[in-house]
Amino acid sequence: MKKYYDILFAPIFKNNPVALQVLGICSALAVTTKLETALTMSLAVTFVTAFSCMAVSSIRKFIPDSIRMIVQMIIIASFVIMVDLVLKARAYEISRQLSVFVGLIITNCIVMGRAEAYAMKNPPVESFLDGIGNGLGYSLVLLVVAAIRELVGSGKLFGQTIFLTVNDGGWYQPWGIMLLAPSAFFLIGFFIWVLRTFRPEQIEE
Amino acid sequence: MLRYIMDKIAPLFDKGKLLHPLYPAYDAIDTFLYTPKSTAQGSVHVRDSLCLKRTMTTVMIALVPCVLFAMFNTGYQTFELMNANGITKLPSQMPETLLGWLSFHWQPWLMTYLLSWTEGWGPLALTITPDVSFNYFLTCFVYGALYFFPIYIVTFVVGILWELLFASVRGHEINEGFFVTSLLFPLTLPATIPLWQVAIAITFGVVVAKEIFGGTGRNFLNPALAARAFLFFTFATQMSGATIWVPVDGVSAATPLSYVQTDGMAGIQMLAEQNGMTEMQYWFWSLIGLIPGSLGETSVVCCVFGAALLVYTGIGSWRIMVSILGMTLISSFFFYFLYATGQVSAPVYGVHPHWQFVLGGLAFGLVFMATDPVTGSMTYKGQFIYGALIGLVIMVIRATNSAYPEGVMLAILVGNCCAPLIDYFIVQANIKRRELRNV
Repeated sequence: MKKYYDILFAPIFKNNPVALQVLGICSALAVTTKLETALTMSLAVTFVTAFSCMAVSSIRKFIPDSIRMIVQMIIIASFVIMVDLVLKARAYEISRQLSVFVGLIITNCIVMGRAEAYAMKNPPVESFLDGIGNGLGYSLVLLVVAAIRELVGSGKLFGQTIFLTVNDGGWYQPWGIMLLAPSAFFLIGFFIWVLRTFRPEQIEE
Repeated sequence: MLRYIMDKIAPLFDKGKLLHPLYPAYDAIDTFLYTPKSTAQGSVHVRDSLCLKRTMTTVMIALVPCVLFAMFNTGYQTFELMNANGITKLPSQMPETLLGWLSFHWQPWLMTYLLSWTEGWGPLALTITPDVSFNYFLTCFVYGALYFFPIYIVTFVVGILWELLFASVRGHEINEGFFVTSLLFPLTLPATIPLWQVAIAITFGVVVAKEIFGGTGRNFLNPALAARAFLFFTFATQMSGATIWVPVDGVSAATPLSYVQTDGMAGIQMLAEQNGMTEMQYWFWSLIGLIPGSLGETSVVCCVFGAALLVYTGIGSWRIMVSILGMTLISSFFFYFLYATGQVSAPVYGVHPHWQFVLGGLAFGLVFMATDPVTGSMTYKGQFIYGALIGLVIMVIRATNSAYPEGVMLAILVGNCCAPLIDYFIVQANIKRRELRNV
């Protein structure tokens, strides 16, 4: 049991895919202006990582070594297409806001990285948990960054007004920079800073 | 006496005592007042007799004319604009709502009191009626100071608190680098900037642009400019537009540069006519700096004084200044050429090159920001390339980017980012050349 627990929760703080391995940054910049899109993206990536890892892992002994990347890509792409179609059918507005970034999950380094580095060497259940764990690690960073960006940048959380902005007759002066991509870099940087203050073993030489 | 007090309280900051975490603060005050007791330990790099403190003090002296002019011009622009719009009284009512207090500009209110208070003081009597008199001159100066000092004090206090925090945690001394930053930063701001925004911006400048990278001497971006860029992108409404440069409510006074942005030379002609001058007279007027703009950036004359002092003492690199100047000239001629031959029709391309130097923050940025010895290029050849890059980017932003009238800040930040790379290639080229020579 302890083993499964570790596989599932290690990627959240101990080996966070964004903060320590610095993977999946590009979508973390693009979809974090609003919590809504960030949450959808988090769920999509977690789903894709978990199931593609499990699928890759279950056929790992039959995949010829020379074409393993292509096989992994095909599996990942199938799951991403599933997610994309579900979003288009059930949550069209969010799907439109996420636009190309759902499709780009295929090239998200976390998904590919876990399939290649973990699922190719481990049995399906472990791989599945590892996929969920890494998805959660990614989601944590995404949600923290998105919560700060949406609250500070437009005074809202999940589209609900928390601070009434000056333009709407309130008192809050929104921070324009939070709606621009660089702010996500700063926030991820601060996140890493805080994380490494508490876990000094993650500091690189 | 002072020495006696400092010695008396010194043991309080010893290791293990209550106030030990504040030792950097004690040390900073002590070494600022007296020469340091200790000498450098470990390996040191002595280049010449200048220490960091003297370098910073020299830069501050070079900035004094800009500061004084900033105060005068802020008041002068205010009263001229009021006069031009037929406003004879400073608004002096108290805000009624809580929200009003947050954004309350108390300067006009205080000034109204000062005006009635000093009545009958002879040469010291303040007056806001435009006039060539010492009284009017003094009034402009006092009114500008009322705007400048709050911004400066907030910058200084907030910045030094962050420096103190980092110095305490890391256990090193505070150094004088921040004194210059705290003086440069207010000079790049408009007079109407809310003070809480100043506090947030300087926090960003000190923490993100400097302390994260290890403090003074290790930052790759100029902290004052990084703070300004943060403010520019975060609170755009308080950092750009036509109503922020001169603190008169409800009346707009755009900078000449923004007229140039939309109308080119016609904008300058119009401004000159408004002031009852010919174009050439208005050019000299802008050279002196009596135009709306950020606090300290308008006066080219004051910047030239600063440049002379910096170059004479060897602190600012003349190579950087000359190459920025040269490249701005070349690229503005190029854009003018495009306009004159009808290749482009946007009037901003047609601005005569000599106007580029007196408008906006070019002189200020080029003298005080780009030459920062920490963030600029170190190698002599590299300084020419670095300067040319900045000059080119300034003109490209001014001419081709219709969203921003001014490009000096962004150009220097781009230059800062490239400076280590430029130096690296210059050093590598030098190593290669010497290797070949010794084959």
